[in-house]
Amino acid sequence: MKTAARHQPATPPNDTYRPSEREQERERFRRSRKRRHTWIAALCTLLCLGVMAAAAVASPGWERVRRLFLDGAEFRDAFPELLRAFWLNIQMFLIAEVLILVLGLLIALVRVTRAPGLAPLRLAATVYVDVFRGVPTLLLVFLVGFGLPALRLQGTPSQPWVLGVIALVLSYSAYVGEVLRAGLNSVHPAQRNAARALGLGERQTLRHVVLPQAVRNVLPPLLNDFIALQKDTALVAVLGPLEALRAAQIKADYDFNYTPYLGAALLFIAVTIPLTRFADRLQRRAARRTWAETGR
Amino acid sequence: MLRTRTTLAASAVAVLLTAAACAPQPESPAGAAGSAGPTCTTGSPGLHKSGQLTVATDSPAYAPWFDSNTPSNGKGFESAVAYAVAGKLGFGRDQVKWVVEPFAHSYAPGAKNFDFDINQISITPQRAKAVDFSTSYYTADQAILTLDNSGFAKATSLAELKDARIGVQVATTSFQAVRDQLKPSRQPSVFNTTNDEVNALKNGQIDAIVTDLPTVFYLAGSELDNAKIVGQFGYAGGTPEQFGLLLPKGSGYTPCVNQALSALKADGTLAKLTSQWLSASANVPELKP
Repeated sequence: MKTAARHQPATPPNDTYRPSEREQERERFRRSRKRRHTWIAALCTLLCLGVMAAAAVASPGWERVRRLFLDGAEFRDAFPELLRAFWLNIQMFLIAEVLILVLGLLIALVRVTRAPGLAPLRLAATVYVDVFRGVPTLLLVFLVGFGLPALRLQGTPSQPWVLGVIALVLSYSAYVGEVLRAGLNSVHPAQRNAARALGLGERQTLRHVVLPQAVRNVLPPLLNDFIALQKDTALVAVLGPLEALRAAQIKADYDFNYTPYLGAALLFIAVTIPLTRFADRLQRRAARRTWAETGR
Repeated sequence: MLRTRTTLAASAVAVLLTAAACAPQPESPAGAAGSAGPTCTTGSPGLHKSGQLTVATDSPAYAPWFDSNTPSNGKGFESAVAYAVAGKLGFGRDQVKWVVEPFAHSYAPGAKNFDFDINQISITPQRAKAVDFSTSYYTADQAILTLDNSGFAKATSLAELKDARIGVQVATTSFQAVRDQLKPSRQPSVFNTTNDEVNALKNGQIDAIVTDLPTVFYLAGSELDNAKIVGQFGYAGGTPEQFGLLLPKGSGYTPCVNQALSALKADGTLAKLTSQWLSASANVPELKP
């Protein structure tokens, strides 16, 4: 996928240009103001955190909470197991993501077609999206995980984690299909007309003109859905496979100590936070690009 | 600068409000266990509600421990034990109130809404750090259940079950028992409920279920019509697995419950209830490693 075009200054830089005294002063003022704001923000944040921590530690039940939720020995004991189990979450997530992108794109493309002959396909796609977005994901995991094998059909997978991935793909393709459809609709029709006028075929137009812009417009919500998917891999646990949350639950229920849950939460956060930050950055970049074209 | 000050003031107010909202609760008298010996009456200060015994268990409550998910009918082993304990403590049947307590919540810190929880909970020293346990009211063995057309139905030792796909229920000691004793070549599958385990067994997603012997007996007798009990095995190298009543940490009522239980053992009631509700395990082969 092509990213934004490299920014090339419209005019070659003029070596003799130097900002005026006043401009330099403005620059200095802006810099000092920014520094001051950063300091104030940091101080306020620290103060708030300090007050909250003090309130927690001063509460009468703190000692028990610390023993039950923040037990270092328990954490060290559980963590290798959690890490091993988390690998399964990662695998499920990566496999599901690829399949969801393909299926979601198919649904979106079917739903934006106009040809009257494709009406039954469009109807099917609409019904699919309505149904699978409406059913709670956990319920879907149950239905696919225990229902499919019960049919006793030849060739149905019996591996519980595979069934879980199928359920996640069914559910999330509906969401992602809708996101991509919004993206396709956000591309101005003039773009399509222009591409056609340049002599690009229907398929080329879609591939080189419409899809890149569509995907770029909906990248943040797309990443949102993937972060949600990453967390929902924990739902597959009900079918039996030992993933991170389940491993934490077993350890916690065995020792009557909640610390393993904290470990599992940290693992999920370690993956989702970088993704979230990345989504934010993309969003900012997209916004800047949009404003750059209009706001001058 | 004005804006900064407003922000500061606003955040200070927010912090103060939060602090006010989280003001410490007054300690309940139940937290302070009476050291002057337990007073075991129906109005003891250690009770959750005076004049009533509040007993908790998880839902769904399975046979043979309970009957048709209705703990209050006195049927099923644990329901009967709970009423027997209540009787020894001087409570009538109508003074016993049942509440639902999910297992994972039973060991949470903070106030509890029950006097004791009866839910096939195994006593371990590690667990006793977080809650109080009564003395044991039942000693359980692990047992293995499979379908009679399975290749593992004829197994006579744990080693022969090494390659079986084992299913266990979450939060049970069975998971640990499978890991330590059976050492299967594949990761055991972990299910939320006994129902899910049975379904997976019927679907052929697992080869065998490992859980406590009474449950295995019940499943083989009522839930499955082609089940085969492969055998039983002791867990954790000789220390028997014992079920205890779970009480809040530091509950003043633990000694009372223990008194009641030892009285039930002494007069033979506990033995009678055990043979009434739980099948004898004499004819189940012992599986050696």
